[in-house]
Parts: sequence; C-alpha cells; structure tokens
Amino acid sequence: MSGTSDLAIIGAGPAGLAAAVRARSLGLAVTLLDEQPAPGGQIWRAIEARMAAVSDLRHGDDAAGLALVRAFRASGATYLPGRQVWQVEPGFSVYASTGGKSEKLQARAILLATGAQERPVPFPGWTLPGVMTVGAAQILLKTSGQVPDTPVLIAGTGPLILLYACQLLDAGGQIAGILDTAPRENRAAALRYAPRALANYRDLVRGLGWLRRIRAAGIPVVRNVRRLAANGTDALESVRYETASGAQKTISAQLLLVHEGVIPSIHMPLAFGCAYRWQEDQRCFAPIVDEWGESSVAALSIAGDGAGIGGAAAASLKGEIAAVGAAQKLGKIDSATVAATAAPLRARLRRALATRPLLDALYRPRQEVLTPDDDTIVCRCEEVSAGQIRAAASVGIVGPNQIKAFTRSGMGPCQGRQCGHAVSAILGETSGATMDAIGFYRLRSPLKPVTLGELAALDTPEIDILA
Amino acid sequence: MFRRLHEPTPSVTLTIDGTAVLAAPGETVAAVLLRTPPFHARTTMLSGARRAPYCMMGVCFDCLAVVDGERSVQTCLTLVRDGMTVERQGKEQGRDLEAMA
Repeated sequence: MSGTSDLAIIGAGPAGLAAAVRARSLGLAVTLLDEQPAPGGQIWRAIEARMAAVSDLRHGDDAAGLALVRAFRASGATYLPGRQVWQVEPGFSVYASTGGKSEKLQARAILLATGAQERPVPFPGWTLPGVMTVGAAQILLKTSGQVPDTPVLIAGTGPLILLYACQLLDAGGQIAGILDTAPRENRAAALRYAPRALANYRDLVRGLGWLRRIRAAGIPVVRNVRRLAANGTDALESVRYETASGAQKTISAQLLLVHEGVIPSIHMPLAFGCAYRWQEDQRCFAPIVDEWGESSVAALSIAGDGAGIGGAAAASLKGEIAAVGAAQKLGKIDSATVAATAAPLRARLRRALATRPLLDALYRPRQEVLTPDDDTIVCRCEEVSAGQIRAAASVGIVGPNQIKAFTRSGMGPCQGRQCGHAVSAILGETSGATMDAIGFYRLRSPLKPVTLGELAALDTPEIDILA
Repeated sequence: MFRRLHEPTPSVTLTIDGTAVLAAPGETVAAVLLRTPPFHARTTMLSGARRAPYCMMGVCFDCLAVVDGERSVQTCLTLVRDGMTVERQGKEQGRDLEAMA
C-alpha cells in the first residue's frame, strides 16, 4: 500500500538499528523515526562524526556501533531523524514532530526501540546547576569533546560510572573522587550469580579492566556512601554525605555527576496501553513482552532496554528477534525461515544476558533512591518534595494519578519521567501496597509538548513514507 | 563548568544573552550553555531557581531556553547554527509552556 510501511521503528539505538537491518533483509518496508539528528542512540551517539574526528573520542564498543550504523544506512530503510513521536494510534498511525511541524505516517506493525533513561537520583539539592548525570557528562564527551573544567566528583553506582571515569581519564580529564553508594550487602547477594556470568567472560574482563584503571590512577573511592546532599545558592558549592560509620562529611565541589543505573523508557508503551509490571530485580517498571518482543497490544513490539535492561549487545539481538517476529506476523516469511533465523539469535542473546543478574545485584540501588527524605524535591518540573507526597498519601490519597492532581507532581513538561518511580515507591512505603498494585502515572499523548498551532496545522495529506 | 578538549574548528557563531560564542557544527546548544558562565539554561516558574541541563538526552526538560525567539526549546536536542540567538529563559518566558498541549 502506498505510503504505508510494514514496520515503523521508533528509536535509532542498537535495538532499532539492528531491527531495521534484519527487517529489510526479510523483505519488509521499514521506516525508522528517531529523536536524535544522527543514528546510534545514546550508547553510540554521534558515532559517525566521532569516528571521522580525533582519535580521543573513540571508545569501547564503537567499532561494532559504526558497523551497525553503516549497515543501517545501506539497508534501504527510510530514516527520519530529528522526530519526536508524540502519539501512536491503533492501526497504526504515528504522529511525530520535527522543527515545529507534525507529520503522520502509517504502518502495519510498530517496534518501540526507545531504550533507557538514567534512573532519577533524587536527593536534597539535585536540581542545582552543577549537579548532572554521568550519562549527560558522557554525552558531552561524545558530542562536544567536552570535559569538566575542574576535578569532578562522581557519586552513585553502576558500570557507566567506571566506563565514564576511564574515558575521562583517557581524554585528560581529572576526577576528585568517587562516592560509591552501592550498599555493602550487594556484594554478598551478587556472588551466587557469578558462575552464570562466566558465560560472558569478555564483559567481566572489560569491567575488571575499568576497575584496575581507576585504582592505578589513584582516584579516591569512598564506599558505602549514603544520604547524599548538594548545597549551594545559585549553583553547587559543596556535597555532603554520610559514611558507613555514620560520620557526616562535606567536601567542596563545583560539579557532581550522579548515576544509579538505567531504567526502561516506559512512557510510549504505557501511553499506548501496553501492560507492564514492576521488576524487582531491576527495581523499575517495564512493559510485558513475549519471546518476540510483542507487547499486550497486537503487532506492537518493544525491543532493547525499553523492555528491561540488558545492555547494547542484548538490545541489538532483541531488535533482530522482534524484526523476525514482525515479519512472521505480517506473513512475509514461512515458519522454516522463522525457526532458522531466530534460533541462533536466541543462543547469542542468552550469552549476552549472562552477566545481567550479577550486574543487577551488584549495582542494585539503595532504597533512598526510590523513597528519598522529606526535604528532597522529587518532581523537578513542579518543585514538589517527597514530604508533600507523603503528606498527601497520609490523608488517604492512594494512587499516583490522585497524587498528580493533588500536588501537581508529574504534571510538568517531563510528564513524570523524573518523579514517577519515586511517587509510586513513596505510595508503596506509606500504604504497604505492592508496586504492581500502585502502578505508574496514567500517561496520555501528546508524549512531548506540542503547540496547539502545530496540532491545528496537522490537517494535511499524509507524507509519503514508502520505503 | 565544562571545557572543550579542542577548539571548535570549523566553527559557527551563536549569541547567548547577546554575547558571541564559538561552537562546533554538530554539537548541541545545551553543551555550549554548560561551558558558558553562568552555565544555567532557565529559571523555574515557581521558585525562580536556576536550572542547568541535567540529562542531555531529552528526558528532564531542565535545559529549556529561548532559541531564535522560540521559548521552551529543549536545547539538548537542538544543534547549533551560525547566527543562532539563545537567551536563558526566565520566569515570564516559561509561562508559555503552561499553554502547551
């Protein structure tokens, strides 16, 4: 059908790119929409430009990323960069905004490959200029060749901290210290997953290499840190924290980078009505998908970190598997081709995920990340504190949507992307209900702010997106 | 707060609150804000507190600024262009966001 794709993919990270390449090879007409100006997602952000530029901007898995981006460019998929998708309607119609204008496209199947966001890390002062995420600093390194102009303080837990620290050292940056917030009990809990992780020993070796590099550079690491707080008037001036012994420490700092792992970007699947659940092993909400990545909404699949955190290698494989599933659903391939294509992908996926339970246990975030103290702002947009959420909960407000109406938490432009998990967790703490019973904010389109003028101008013929 | 490892070459020129600043093609407005004192992008509508780019990937909406006269632009998703004018967004300018769908 003219103007209708077989498969519309949203997101140009490892899952979306690999899905596009595989779907094209199976004969599907593919359109891929992405928010960024160039393919690669967050992990391989600006990879084409970086590989063409100075060598100190090249990192770990970049070669694999560049190969995938090149395969995607050559695949014949229609690529629409710089698009913010704000609505998907059954059938399917995809609405996306670019340069202040919206366009509508049609597809027979949808693959959401919108990946992950960094877990929000609320603590007193986290809204101050001078506090930002490790992921954000890494993006600045990747896209601007930009490093902190003073020795930087890093706080939190997770492999990204180790990777960024090494990349920063390689680039000539300086690190004042690392405040490790992983609870002491994580190590013991992680031990039992170590044997299984050996199936993917390459990742383990790489991680140990990062730890060695940080130790060799003599960077001070303080373990079992909790009760982080950032102080300052117009910008960060100092950081306070508590050590395992209960001692209160304060150090001056102009830049604090925080990170507590990543969580699936769930706004799109939730707005489209996909069923989801709380995943306690990763302490986050995630959409429920079957072995092909298909959600509870028929022909709408989710692949990559957006359906549960697994890392880039697993995301690529899940993207390919979802493409095979979509081709099967659309009647493009026979069952023999399905079986022959999917089996080796599944074997590789098992290996890629072998380290995941170990990492989840080792870097499990402490409880106060989910349920911070009363004086912590949880909703950055509307400046609502954890104390206000608890006060509302204590007078019998039972669900996230009522909290939103009562306190305005989650009502700002980020639509609960920063406060949602904390609000649900605080309600769980107050009421004793499970996270599944409480759920997340009810989400509605538009998923990104769109002006009324843009909506009014939408009454135009559908653009031709035939791949 | 941040510094570039290499001078931007080739470069484009944009203005931030009227001051000319050099940037490299392909980088975001938010990245330029983070190396241009006083580093923040906007002040909040409620308390007037300063906010700087936080997530750099389109999630947090703290990097909003006025770009070429358009308010509440996510500067972390906006690439620099030669001749671009950027203004840090104050309380009054932020009100527009309330009128958005």
